[in-house]
Amino acid sequence: MKLYCLSGHPTLPCNVLKFKSTTIMLDCGLDMTSTLNFLPLPLVQSPRLSNLPGWSLKDGNVFLDKELKECSGHVFVDSVPEFCLPETELIDLSTVDVILISNYHCMMALPYITEHTGFTGTVYATEPTVQIGRLLMEELVNFIERVPKAQSASVWKNKDVQRLLPSPLKDAVEVSTWRRCYSLQEVNSALSKIQLVGYSQKIELFGAVQVTPLSSGYALGSSNWIIQSHYEKVSYVSGSSLLTTHPQPMDQASLKNSDVLVLTGLTQIPTANPDGMVGEFFSSLALTVRNGGNVLVPCYPSGVIYDLLECLYQYIDSAGLSSIPFYFISPVANSSLEFSQIFAEWLCHNKQAKVYLPEPPFPHAELIQTNKLKHYPSIHGDFSNDFRQPCVVFTGHPSLRFGDVVHFMELWGKSSLNTVIFTEPDFSYLEALAPYQPLAMKCIYCPIDTRLNFIQVSKLLKEVQPLHVVCPEQYTQPPPAQAHRMDLMIDCQPPPMSYRRAEVLALPFKRRYEKIEIMPELADSLVPMEIKPGISLATVSAVLHTKDNKHVLQPPPRPAPPAGGKKRKRVNDDIPDCKVLKPLLSGSIPVEQFVQTLEKHGFSDIKVEDTSKGHIVLLQEAETLIQIEEDSTHIICDNDEMLRVRLRDLVLKFLQKF
Amino acid sequence: MDPECSRLLPALCAALADPGQPVADDTCLEKLLDWFKSVTEAGSSLQLLRDSPCLVELLLQVPQAPGLSPRVLAFALRLAGLLAAQEACFQFLQGELLSGLFGEAGPLGGAAWMAPTVRSGWIQGLRSLAQHPRALPFLAELGALDTVVALQGDSSLFVASAAGQLLAHILGLALGGPAEGPPGPPACDWPASAQAVVGHLEEALSAATAPRATQALHVLTTTFGHCHRPWTQGLWARLSPLVARLLEKDPVPAAHPLVDLLLSVARSPALSSDRGWWEMAARALGSLRPAHAGPLALGLLTLQDCPQALSAQAFAVLLQPLACVLKAAAQAPAPPGWPAGPEGDAAAVATLLSSRSACVGLLCQTLAHLELLQPLPQRPAPWPQAPLLGAVLTVLRFCNGSAVPAPGSDLGGHLCAVLAGCARVQRAALGLLGALYEDAGPPELVTQVFAVLLDYLRSPDSSPTVLKKAFQAALQWLLSAPTPPGGCAPDPPAQPFLGELLPVLQRRLCSPCWEVRDSSLEFLTQLAGHWAGQAGFRHALLASEVPELAWQLLQDPESYVRASAVTAVGQLASRGLHATPAGPECPGGPQKGVLPELLGVLAADPEGFPRRAAMQVFARWLRDGHAEAADAERFVARVLQAAGRDLDWEVRAQGLELGRAFLERALGRPGPPCPDAAAAPEPAAPAAQALRAACRVGLPEFALRALFDCDRPVARAACALLLLLRDQAAPGLSLPEAGPAVAALEAALQRWRAGEQAQPPGPLEPEAVLAVLRSLDLEGLRGALAESSDHVERNPQSLLQDMLATAGLRGDNEADCY
Repeated sequence: MKLYCLSGHPTLPCNVLKFKSTTIMLDCGLDMTSTLNFLPLPLVQSPRLSNLPGWSLKDGNVFLDKELKECSGHVFVDSVPEFCLPETELIDLSTVDVILISNYHCMMALPYITEHTGFTGTVYATEPTVQIGRLLMEELVNFIERVPKAQSASVWKNKDVQRLLPSPLKDAVEVSTWRRCYSLQEVNSALSKIQLVGYSQKIELFGAVQVTPLSSGYALGSSNWIIQSHYEKVSYVSGSSLLTTHPQPMDQASLKNSDVLVLTGLTQIPTANPDGMVGEFFSSLALTVRNGGNVLVPCYPSGVIYDLLECLYQYIDSAGLSSIPFYFISPVANSSLEFSQIFAEWLCHNKQAKVYLPEPPFPHAELIQTNKLKHYPSIHGDFSNDFRQPCVVFTGHPSLRFGDVVHFMELWGKSSLNTVIFTEPDFSYLEALAPYQPLAMKCIYCPIDTRLNFIQVSKLLKEVQPLHVVCPEQYTQPPPAQAHRMDLMIDCQPPPMSYRRAEVLALPFKRRYEKIEIMPELADSLVPMEIKPGISLATVSAVLHTKDNKHVLQPPPRPAPPAGGKKRKRVNDDIPDCKVLKPLLSGSIPVEQFVQTLEKHGFSDIKVEDTSKGHIVLLQEAETLIQIEEDSTHIICDNDEMLRVRLRDLVLKFLQKF
Repeated sequence: MDPECSRLLPALCAALADPGQPVADDTCLEKLLDWFKSVTEAGSSLQLLRDSPCLVELLLQVPQAPGLSPRVLAFALRLAGLLAAQEACFQFLQGELLSGLFGEAGPLGGAAWMAPTVRSGWIQGLRSLAQHPRALPFLAELGALDTVVALQGDSSLFVASAAGQLLAHILGLALGGPAEGPPGPPACDWPASAQAVVGHLEEALSAATAPRATQALHVLTTTFGHCHRPWTQGLWARLSPLVARLLEKDPVPAAHPLVDLLLSVARSPALSSDRGWWEMAARALGSLRPAHAGPLALGLLTLQDCPQALSAQAFAVLLQPLACVLKAAAQAPAPPGWPAGPEGDAAAVATLLSSRSACVGLLCQTLAHLELLQPLPQRPAPWPQAPLLGAVLTVLRFCNGSAVPAPGSDLGGHLCAVLAGCARVQRAALGLLGALYEDAGPPELVTQVFAVLLDYLRSPDSSPTVLKKAFQAALQWLLSAPTPPGGCAPDPPAQPFLGELLPVLQRRLCSPCWEVRDSSLEFLTQLAGHWAGQAGFRHALLASEVPELAWQLLQDPESYVRASAVTAVGQLASRGLHATPAGPECPGGPQKGVLPELLGVLAADPEGFPRRAAMQVFARWLRDGHAEAADAERFVARVLQAAGRDLDWEVRAQGLELGRAFLERALGRPGPPCPDAAAAPEPAAPAAQALRAACRVGLPEFALRALFDCDRPVARAACALLLLLRDQAAPGLSLPEAGPAVAALEAALQRWRAGEQAQPPGPLEPEAVLAVLRSLDLEGLRGALAESSDHVERNPQSLLQDMLATAGLRGDNEADCY
């Protein structure tokens, strides 16, 4: 059993598990932090961005000044943003049989895998994962395609050139494999390969293993996966949450008794408590708005935004914010808000109960109804007519490199009355803000990450007690910025096995058993004999038939009638030779009784010696040794076959035959 | 006993002794016992029995009556004990009756014994009975001691505890002697019953099982706690070796009651001079686990006369957990001034600290103990203020993840993991930090205190309760910060802290969590109260949005927050720090004054708390001579008008308080004026003027209506106010003739008395008021109102009638059924 690690990002995993002749890809997350090296794509012509000076080498060489621009001491690539794909060289991805998706954030690289690697398998995911994943992909494609950029920079990627660049460009990994965003057509084609599954549904893969998605409590439709055969169980935990937010709670019990537990997708901000951050978010929001400032919340179109809108619903009146407009701008804003209301079966109990009243499960429906929350596909069109300040705007993309958020950063960045509040933990807010410097706008960092923290993980591991834990190497040591926090790492026994990008792990357990079925008529013919209380044995002569990884013992074919001579013998009709087998022996020889029997049969002068492994019975007169050990008996007599056979028969009297 | 009760008692006794009659509930029986207790305390029990032979009858019948309720049985046992407490009565009852109740013939051997109530009644009966030496032979005759000893292990905690107390009582009765003097006879000459009890105690203390030792320790703790007679020295001398033997075991069994015993001995004036005891205490400090050694150490340190060496040892034990924390963070030897503890203890503490629950428990206990110890005069000297501050700050840093453990310290790593985000320890540490403000400390540490407090106030992860503690601690440290003589700004490091504090406060006032908004407002109120005089603070506060946010919170959906906002706005206004009251809803709109706004709260807020807060603000304004109350008559008139019909009795009562303040002011007896009062109190006015002023603001009308308020505290306050008005404001006025105004007022009073909400007959004339005041029996009313509302129901006659009625009910029903 091997695990091929194609992504080094702990929350955007992409691993391939080879298990019992199946090749299973676990998630295919797309690392978008590479886009932070690029200049933002403004929706409206930005003189500031277009007039940034080109970057030149220390020696004054300006051959890169078209590709690289400098802004407040940072260098950015002036090109269409590119993404860092999972490793494609480590394993032939066309051999992947299935892809299991855990949540919509962990499927963003799917089109790259399914469309360009010769992949012919099936992708399994829950319905909300697919639908919201589609929204995220469509939004991404839309953000990038609607700002066409003629230029595509490639010179800087040259290894010799890259060495000369300042950090972080100099340290960017595998830039040659960075790819531009996929197209909508590729998205549709990739999503068409997905087969929908429900929680706890058992899916047979080639008869070899069974995979089952379990609720993981992190997002709508998010799952952990159980991959098991009859005797082995691998759990894949990715992006789980124990907090009471909108999704169905996490199913922990089913993870018990795993041989291996692959643990990914823990919180990226282990020191921040989501509740405290929500409080901070609203305090900052209220303060800004009260001062007449605007609030910008860069966010994904689904996920935490539902919870934020729900809190907003409760808080809006008490904070005196009822007259402040809230805008949600995304090409998929409408679909996201609508979808959230129709996936009742995937929601937590309280929200499910509302559906029976009937009421919409999320209160943002009421916010929309009362015109407190308005949503628009983009800043163009209706929005520009309705736009009123001060206001609060939720929009993407959290990287601040593309999407409507770029426009608001340019628009509001110069005033210290305004605030940008970062709630998504995927991007470093300082790096995200770098191309907007100098910035007068206030910045608040309230990352809300509801995924498991290390205390919860340690409780989880104590409860489910896997034999081995496998996790990204980042989880086996405290975060570099808090090296003293020994509590911010996975602590379990035995210590977890860690992986890093492009590494292949041999998982530490071997297959030892295989389940074999016995056909009823064959079972009927067996005559078990009890050799110890509770243990019976029977010999079986059968044909082992293996197909689709299922093994069946069938009765041996009857001896064929003597060949007619004329009929041509077909290969399939080959009958295995069934030799007449010697009976099998079992039992142990009680030495004292054996000696008495020998004496009865006329042997005298018998000596018994104890050895470390058993006994030696010495027939001094006959110059013969009988070695009796736990699993063997030897009769050693010189060339007296008669004597040997006599002694053998005496030995056999004490053993059972079958 | 009054004749009516004597008449009712036989019937009640008959009803009680009848198993077929329903029994009144426990409360009635308890009340009945209370009554009998007061009767026997007031006179002779024997006489009571002679006057009411039905009682003897009842006590005789009870053991014979099968199927009697356990409650009645327990009642009879307790009554018998109560009556037999007097020696004469004991002799009267002794013989068949008492042994029938308390002996084998009574419930002791029967099925009724299964009921804990009966066992409890039996013990309490004996406890009451055992008041005179004659009781001891009786108890011995009954063989009661063995039963009591066995009952110490009873499944009912009440029974077990009462059994222990009875044993201690028997011992005290048996050994009773002079309050002072020589230790009394040697142990071998003690009376048999004392010998028997002590024998039991010795046996239990030597027993291998902790529960038995615990029982004995409880008895001894009670004995030494309640009795300080000389014989206790002999008892301690005899039993202390056995107690010392308990301390030799590892782990020490029954550690908790052992600590209680040691402290009880320490507090006993008869024993505390025993040198051996101090040695034992020192040994106990060394052998008990930290969780038990801590309470012992605190107990020792609170003693007035603890020897210096023991006190030092106890303090070192108390500080040991914090020493470990410091070591885990610094890997250095203990800081200067820190009492050195034995190394072995440190290892035990370190082990304890490394498990989560033990660590949190031990640290919280230690921090709480130090908080208790800090203000005491007998606290150890020199008090290690600086290292203690350092330790508390380290704990707080571990709790917010900012502490860096010493390199290679396993404990440091564990503490990081265990304490990070632990609100319990955070609260305890902030509590101690707040208490440590009095002694301040070196400036660099004070700077650190403010830095850590700011971290906690800023952190989004601080829970509301932690934040409240942080606010309290910050306030205490701010209040203790020295201010230069010029009085314009506090010294560093408080000054930069104040500067950083306001943006934090601003954010907290916008918190979605109402508890946070509430405690922020409370903090603001107190801060403004103290710092309003400092120009720097005034400037910073007025430049911030804090006053405006406080103003906006008057509209908060949570009533507690609105109440705190009212108090805060009132405080800010009285200090000239209130916001320009133009909310975001109407920017540039007409400014609204504080008084109309708060009157609006009083008139319209649907919850009581904000209205009460508004009344408190008004009363304070009036007493302090605040500008809003400069025109006192108009101000009081408006407030009383708004408060008059309030549904909340506290608001009405505070209205009367306000009226009283006004009256006193009018009479020239104002309270202490506020230092920056806007208006000087009015000059003393003659009594007649005061009455007229009171009439102009509608005070008599308000008070007269309140006199018949359905809530007694309001009526009492009104009565007191009217008495003041009558006696002070109009002592010299002659009684006017009854005119139409008086008649109308009396008519209104009649209606109010009947509970009707009638309007008053227009503005009252002073003369009419005076006439009514004279005609009212205010003193009588005051007496009636001083009685508790259930004084009628509480008299024994009513109790007996009620109980009889309960019993009779059954009979009526039976008749109906028939």
